[in-house]
Amino acid sequence: MMSTQPQKRVIPEPPSKLKTYFTFFIILLLIFGSAIQTNTSITELIAGFPNMMDLLVQMVPPNWSYFGKIVPAMLETIRMALLGTTFGAIIAIPIALFSASNIVKNTWVFYPVRFILNLIRTIPDLLLAAIFVSIFGLGPLPGILALTIFSIGLVAKLTYEAIEAIDPGPMEAMTSVGANKIQWIFFGVIPQVLPHYISYVLYTFEVNIRAAAVLGLVGAGGIGLYYDRTLGFFEYDKTSSIIIFTLVVVLIIDFISTKLREKLI
Amino acid sequence: MIEFNNVSKTYPNGVKGLSNINLKIEEGEFVVIVGLSGAGKSTLLRSINRLIEISDGEILIEGKSITKAKGSELRRIRRDIGMIFQSFNLVKRSSVLRNVLSGRVGYHSTLRTILGLFPKEDVDLAFDALDRVNILEKAYSRATELSGGQQQRVSIARALAQEAKIILADEPVASLDPLTTKQVMNDLKRINQELGITTIVNLHFIDLAREYATRIIGLRAGEVVFDGPVSEATDEKFSEIYGRPIKKDELLEVEV
Repeated sequence: MMSTQPQKRVIPEPPSKLKTYFTFFIILLLIFGSAIQTNTSITELIAGFPNMMDLLVQMVPPNWSYFGKIVPAMLETIRMALLGTTFGAIIAIPIALFSASNIVKNTWVFYPVRFILNLIRTIPDLLLAAIFVSIFGLGPLPGILALTIFSIGLVAKLTYEAIEAIDPGPMEAMTSVGANKIQWIFFGVIPQVLPHYISYVLYTFEVNIRAAAVLGLVGAGGIGLYYDRTLGFFEYDKTSSIIIFTLVVVLIIDFISTKLREKLI
Repeated sequence: MIEFNNVSKTYPNGVKGLSNINLKIEEGEFVVIVGLSGAGKSTLLRSINRLIEISDGEILIEGKSITKAKGSELRRIRRDIGMIFQSFNLVKRSSVLRNVLSGRVGYHSTLRTILGLFPKEDVDLAFDALDRVNILEKAYSRATELSGGQQQRVSIARALAQEAKIILADEPVASLDPLTTKQVMNDLKRINQELGITTIVNLHFIDLAREYATRIIGLRAGEVVFDGPVSEATDEKFSEIYGRPIKKDELLEVEV
């Protein structure tokens, strides 16, 4: 049977590669364009290299005795992250529910809420902190507020996406037993989404620890103030001890949080 | 009693789900609805507790119009109608007991239920319901740890705890093996006979329909083409409902 088939095969034309080349060209153009516009040059990088080495040499050995002095500031950083995350996570719950299209079926509600949420997330946390410092003055309070707003954006966004991905079955079952909307949410939605939510809150806490460590640069409390101070006085051995301390704290908290999140989902 | 008065359903895409249905289902009946997939079985069942909105006509439950009911009145009618789904629709991470108790939320204040403060009578009721479907020992297991047949029995227990007067079962055995199918159908039948709960089941196995029903309703293209006792539902009648001879895979054929 096979031999009776016609010998001529029609091989289809391969699709044009023009689009791929064009995309590649555009990307190259954007990179070079940005380099030129920002006056980036390789020679400058090479010229600055000895300075970098100088700085590194001055950072070693770290000033270990400085640790004792920055412990209170480090604790303040952790407390700021903890409070900011907690307040943000609580406020994020209703916002996440109002953003989810399978909870609030009215497009006039969830689109505006999502728009505000996206607006919040476009503001960098450092800018938020600077704004709050100008309102409330120096100290940890503006830092906590900045982290709260930042946490709302992150937790609410991740949570509403998790809500939209849950099994609609239990929600349908709750409708059929005659539950009202709040009972429907507590029995049909929350048990399904809770582990995801807790995981996102822990992740946000990790991010907030890192964010809180630099908020001091704009006067919003925490360890960041000491970066600013030691760098200003060219005490690079102290700066390096702050960096090492921050690194250790962040690593420990990340480790614990990651382990907890693995257990949750 | 459930009454359908000139009920029609047209889906937004123009598909006719139900056309001009007139039915009366008496208290304590065990009705099985048969028909090909897409014949409107699920639409008919879900229109009873308004999980699907009908486009025309009216449905009365115990003389009250669910079609016109709103807010708390609608929830009150739904409270009396238990529903069993093909995919069980349990919260998989929650315990069996909590899943069964979720059937009780219509009886209490919002605050009390969201705090999980169900009165002792409710918990007893939930245990009784679990006992009735023979999975009392699983009360504190997570729903996800149970087999398909056990999960379906939990959902029957939820409907029982609800103290439903009507049970709607939408393809309750479609995701179960033949043996568990029999157990679940036996549970439904026993509950129907012992508690007198009106039971309406969608099935696509013809022999199961004949074995368990007291009355069979045949649907084809959204219309009732057969309505009568099991004795009248002959193979010829089924061929009429299906519009073709019966196939082997439409029979379950299992001896228990």
